[in-house]
Amino acid sequence: MGLAILLIGTRKGLMIARSTDDRRTWAVDDFQFLNQEVYSVALDTRQDPPRTFAGVGTGHWGPLLTYSDDLGKSWTEPQEPPIGFPQGSDASVARVWQIQPATDQQPDVVYAGVEPHALFRSDDRGQSFALVEGLWDHPDRPKWTPGGGGACLHTVLAHPTDPDDLLVAMSAAGVYRTRDGGATWDPANRGIQAAFLPEDQRFPEFGQCVHKVAFHPDKPQRLFAQNHFGVYRSEDRGDSWTPIESGLPSNFGFALVVHPHRPETLYSFPLQADAERFPPEAKLRVYRTEDAGANWEPISNGLPADPYYAAVLRDAMVADRGDPAGVYFGTRLGEVYASRDDGDSWSLIASHLPDILSVRVAEVA
Amino acid sequence: MTSRLLLPAALRRYAGEEAEIEIRGGTLGEALDDLAMRLPQLERRLRDEQGKLRPHVLMFVDGVSVRGGSPMKTPMGDGAEVFVAPAVSGGRR
Repeated sequence: MGLAILLIGTRKGLMIARSTDDRRTWAVDDFQFLNQEVYSVALDTRQDPPRTFAGVGTGHWGPLLTYSDDLGKSWTEPQEPPIGFPQGSDASVARVWQIQPATDQQPDVVYAGVEPHALFRSDDRGQSFALVEGLWDHPDRPKWTPGGGGACLHTVLAHPTDPDDLLVAMSAAGVYRTRDGGATWDPANRGIQAAFLPEDQRFPEFGQCVHKVAFHPDKPQRLFAQNHFGVYRSEDRGDSWTPIESGLPSNFGFALVVHPHRPETLYSFPLQADAERFPPEAKLRVYRTEDAGANWEPISNGLPADPYYAAVLRDAMVADRGDPAGVYFGTRLGEVYASRDDGDSWSLIASHLPDILSVRVAEVA
Repeated sequence: MTSRLLLPAALRRYAGEEAEIEIRGGTLGEALDDLAMRLPQLERRLRDEQGKLRPHVLMFVDGVSVRGGSPMKTPMGDGAEVFVAPAVSGGRR
């Protein structure tokens, strides 16, 4: 592995860590976007030079979607607003929650998920985005409600070979899927429980508070979902879901990451409960399954043994493409832990940061 | 009508590091439309894509807050002074 870049979006700015020794050591740059929240980051390596994105909340001055073509040394904000609702829609972008490059077959396409619940698509590598109107005009939308973090569209999963097949996840609206490139969308939540609803209404068609959905491109029909109480697997790209949480200490959490080369291997960071957002028993542990959720094992080698009272948020855990894989997570205590052996062991690579909102990694040279 | 837009430090980088720039229009809305043509990155820090003043942005025209009612219809006399400030709000971060 040449140069590895780790983007660390925090509540008060962006930090970039770089490794040139196969991820053994990391040098962390100074803060950028100081005192601004960085909810979303992305590294698009499909073209040269790679493009780095940041979704920045500028506090009083509104959201900012910006990119860099020199790995974060300088940033470009287009003269024309890169993202925004059409005039007359009576909506404005409050926050950019997700920036997701599409597949290799569409190297200029980038998706952005925002608050309020909406998906935007760029066909020019993220210089300008257009609202995906099929989702915005969905008849269910008036009934979608915000989750605790807001009315966010936080996950975009493009099918690796079928560009018309796209899946999004929204809090607290649930999973939706299009098969026609975004013109029409169907909820895809059958089997997922909304534990916060009255007992006889806990399996609605939509309205589940999904926290993250992940999949491996070699097995696009298989999805994994971490919900607000519930961890699930689908074998039919969201048509139906079954629980896979029996081996976990808790079914609450946010982050969920699939191994880059093993579609059966998944990493989870369970939290005690929605009102107790720290690791079960206050033990900092990553949970890993190597059989698609049938069995789970805790991994704590290299992680602190002291009680740990902080969560890992939905976009603050990620894996690289290395073999063995690197896995990374940032906590709300401002620490970043990294593994370079598929998660078997961990080391602290950054600490004393503001709470961490988003982490992405890529090899760029 | 030509007015003066007085910028807080956080926004001056969108105006070539100037603390004060000229804007033109008979109302605040027209003046900010003019600003959007010349310095679009600055204008969108003040207003959202629907042309509404951002919730935590304060503006004073000749010392009078334009909050409430229809701020974009605020008349601007020649030489008016538009003072921009971040609201003392938030704190959650």
